[in-house]
Amino acid sequence: MILAQTTEPFIRWDWVWSHLGLFWSRTVEHLVLTGIALGVGFLISIGLSIVALRYRKSYTPITWVTGVFYSIPSLALFGILIPLTGLSVTTAEIGLVSYTLLIFIRNIVAGIDGVPQEVREAALGMGYTSTRMLWQIEIPIALPVIIAGVRIAAVTTVGLVTITAIIGLGGLGQLILDGLNRLFTTPLIVGTVLSAALALLIDYGLVLVERALTPWARSRAAL
Amino acid sequence: MGTVQGGALVNFLADVVRWFSDPANWQGSTGVPTRVLQHLNLSVWPVLLAAIVAVPLGVQLGHRRRGAFLAISLANIGRAVPSFAVLVIGIPIAVYYKLGTFYWPAFLALLLLAIPPMLTNAYTGVREVAPGIVESSRGMGLTERQVLRKIEIPMALPVIITGVRVSAVQVVATATLAALIGGGGLGRYIIDGLSVRDFVEVFAGALLVAALSIATEGVFSLVERLTVSPGITGRTKMVDTLNIRKAGLGV
Repeated sequence: MILAQTTEPFIRWDWVWSHLGLFWSRTVEHLVLTGIALGVGFLISIGLSIVALRYRKSYTPITWVTGVFYSIPSLALFGILIPLTGLSVTTAEIGLVSYTLLIFIRNIVAGIDGVPQEVREAALGMGYTSTRMLWQIEIPIALPVIIAGVRIAAVTTVGLVTITAIIGLGGLGQLILDGLNRLFTTPLIVGTVLSAALALLIDYGLVLVERALTPWARSRAAL
Repeated sequence: MGTVQGGALVNFLADVVRWFSDPANWQGSTGVPTRVLQHLNLSVWPVLLAAIVAVPLGVQLGHRRRGAFLAISLANIGRAVPSFAVLVIGIPIAVYYKLGTFYWPAFLALLLLAIPPMLTNAYTGVREVAPGIVESSRGMGLTERQVLRKIEIPMALPVIITGVRVSAVQVVATATLAALIGGGGLGRYIIDGLSVRDFVEVFAGALLVAALSIATEGVFSLVERLTVSPGITGRTKMVDTLNIRKAGLGV
């Protein structure tokens, strides 16, 4: 390993200003990889959660299988998938999606389960059909728990996407990797800061979404 | 490119089996046992030190019901900063200040990574013990120390151990990336394999890493089973104790 010159400053601001375009395109790549993973993961999780809620016995095997996926290190999962899907977006997304499943399913099921029985009975007594009850009673009440799951999954995925740079998919991890290969601290720090900032921003954005979707929580707090 | 299709997959898997049965991969400085030991050497010490520091701190904060903000924000920051970045960022710093080899940056990064889940879980575990139980134990004349040692810690133990387990699994997983910064461990197979497009080696390394992290998970589940009181895990049923009591009373 070549030693960096000690005259080199920790962050070279001139390099930062001259590469803003690069940072932007890396951020967009990062967002696209994250967005696909969260979207696909959420859709699959809704399906599996419906199965788990309908057929209670399936909940344990579903969480067991998704739990095994969750505990396999991302780089290892990519390594296992490469023979099948190559160094491709598919490889990255299969890995990223499978990490979101456990988080999403646990929170969706816990959220719907947390709806008080009296509320369900009251809705039935008021003549709600089961579909209408799901949309107008159960999902709104479960929303804070579900969004809590989305927040955890989003922040985790933003972090994991940095690793997909190792299998050549760009994103902010590419800046970190470049910095490492050239022992040049500036892109390394920029990549880290941007990726952490992205995670926190998305997290905050989801808090705002939750507030907008559950106006009653605010009025209750005001009472 | 690099993708294996159809019948070639069978050949690929045969190559992987051959890799595992090749005695050359089981001895010497690049053999599986050496790599596993390196991986454990990278993972064990940060987890141990983090546990010694973070668990007692979290337990104390939970007992005094203070520092919620610290515990929660630490958990959030720990999650937001990618572990890959934490690991890699130590390298230029080490080079810049001439701290030497890769081991210390990796150690520090993994230590930082291990602390948040342990601290948060120790804190919430103790904090969430039903206040009624804590109060009644005080009412029975237990000292603060006894409340902590006989009531709060045993009841919070599943949550505390879960925190340590999450940390340990995360550290074992991230130690894989130490290979990127020139370290040893099982990540070597994946990184070296990727650089020469030897996907058999990548696959074999990936299987080993996955096995090690699942084993880590298993060890902690076992620890949990052995240390948590059966009354808390629900392994002893209420009915059983009633029957035993009845039998004892000769009812």
